[in-house]
Amino acid sequence: MTKFDLPDYKIQNHEVKDRFDRLKQRPISMEVKGLSKEFPTLNGKVTALKNINLSIHKREFVCVIGPSGCGKSTLIRILAGLETATSGQILLDGEPVAKPGPERGMVFQGYTLFPWLTVKQNIMFGLIESGMGKDAAESEARQWTNLIGLSAFENHYPRQLSGGMKQRVAIARALANQPKILLMDEPFGALDAQTRAKMQAYLMEIWKNIDITVLFITHDLDEAVYLADRILVLKANPGEVEEVIEVPVPQPRNPSQFLSPEFLATKQHIEQLIHPPTDNDTDNIDLVRMVHVKSDVGSVF
Amino acid sequence: MSIFSVNRPLPSRQRSMVALLSFAVPIIIWCMVSYVPFLWHPLTQITDPGSVSFFRDEMLVDNKVFEVETSKAIEAGTALPQGVPANPLYLPAPHEVATAFVTAFTAEPKRRSEKWLHESLWSSIQVIFWGFFLSSIIGIPLGILAGTFDFFSRLFEPFIEFFRYLPAPAFGALAVAVLGIYQAPKIAIIFIGTFFQQVLVVANTTRKLDPSLLEAGQTLGASNRSLVMRIVIPGILPDLYRDTRILLGWAWTYLIVAELIGTSSGITWFITQQARYKNFDNVFAAIIMIGLMGLMIDLLLAWLGRRLFPWQKTQ
Repeated sequence: MTKFDLPDYKIQNHEVKDRFDRLKQRPISMEVKGLSKEFPTLNGKVTALKNINLSIHKREFVCVIGPSGCGKSTLIRILAGLETATSGQILLDGEPVAKPGPERGMVFQGYTLFPWLTVKQNIMFGLIESGMGKDAAESEARQWTNLIGLSAFENHYPRQLSGGMKQRVAIARALANQPKILLMDEPFGALDAQTRAKMQAYLMEIWKNIDITVLFITHDLDEAVYLADRILVLKANPGEVEEVIEVPVPQPRNPSQFLSPEFLATKQHIEQLIHPPTDNDTDNIDLVRMVHVKSDVGSVF
Repeated sequence: MSIFSVNRPLPSRQRSMVALLSFAVPIIIWCMVSYVPFLWHPLTQITDPGSVSFFRDEMLVDNKVFEVETSKAIEAGTALPQGVPANPLYLPAPHEVATAFVTAFTAEPKRRSEKWLHESLWSSIQVIFWGFFLSSIIGIPLGILAGTFDFFSRLFEPFIEFFRYLPAPAFGALAVAVLGIYQAPKIAIIFIGTFFQQVLVVANTTRKLDPSLLEAGQTLGASNRSLVMRIVIPGILPDLYRDTRILLGWAWTYLIVAELIGTSSGITWFITQQARYKNFDNVFAAIIMIGLMGLMIDLLLAWLGRRLFPWQKTQ
């Protein structure tokens, strides 16, 4: 792989350094201590996660990235309480958590909107569970549909919405419960590139304006660097923390930073962590010999 | 475009044409066999016995017998028997069945103990309704519980798995002994025939609900009760409705057995009785009536389903 001449990702300018200093002063929202997860299989135990330690500060945006099979989805499902850890502890504002609850909002890749409820009723779901009256919940849900720009669609069913719209509703539905932390499991993974870019900008806007801490799982490097304060890089077999990276790109972010040196440097570094360069990358090209080349074009290079 | 394109719907006009054909073809075949004299017609109906001693007016004889007797008469020079080609009694012509459709309702029962057709029909509908209703109000909740909680699944399903292999008709005598001879044992047969399948089918349907919807519900703070009432039940409702439609069809098939035990009543009894009198036009009319009623109920339920579940694409 060609090495481009990029600065060290660890170099932070004054402004960024200052921001991280202040960020570390904030109280801790969620703390993960020595978390491990083992799955029993026919061939013995498989360790999905091994000794994960992580502290997320209030209003911090943390992305988790790693190669496939590194257990990032398992991690967020344990944090949400949908699966139990084999060992370790999760603290939210100092309180241990074990089962799912509305104080940890979750947004799934597959939207998971209730198909039999309209946009408004989907948002009302958690509000009513929390004991709010129907009228109060309805007016609150109206404000949310307004906030996500879907007022005109408040009585539409999920199947009538596009992927981006559905995910906006899912985010509003989770946020309506006033969670302390928002857990997002590859929320934009199923969206096309343009919609994804819009949704990223949109999420940044929400995060800037409301009091919310975000833990965001992704497999998209650009997305991770663009959104995160810090990036937790996992490695596979077993899933362990490889590195926690402080992103040196100044906040607030905007799309023009995609080509800034510190952005590219961070991206290059993570790329090397996740896909370490190997010698045998081109081994399987021999397979191409199975296809007859009858073209007039001798070589494409 | 070819009309035989794989996995492509026909243009809507052709679709209704072909759908019409599915009814038209059997009816046309029936008409041809009944009205075209040289098609089938294995018998001869005597119109004039002539000199043949054992022939009577309106008697049906084999074509072969008629030919033999005719040639004998020619040889002997006596009066020739006359006849027209005919089908056996058990295949009445369409117009006869059509007439029977009306007369079956207007004809008085032959014996005083027997019922009018509309009374028989009503009795059958009541048996089906109660059997299916009782089965559903118990079976559907049990099925939902078994499909949602592994505890209830383990508790109910092994026994039900065993019980559903026991043929419902075999309980006929027992049902009469316990419940008497009137409608109750018949309802019990429909119940036994439907209930055990229903629990298993509903449990399976419940299990097929997208588990991520339940996870989403949990992260939104839903309690177990809420998960069942606000996610499982509305989530499976369209499929549950479809299952119920299919199971209702099964309940109709158990009707035949149910109505043969205890006191004789209902549409099946009517059919048996009419067959005994060789009124095959009435038999056909009654069979078609059952079919039409089933089809109408099913179409009605399908139409209702589209109204009830507007969030679904198509039924």
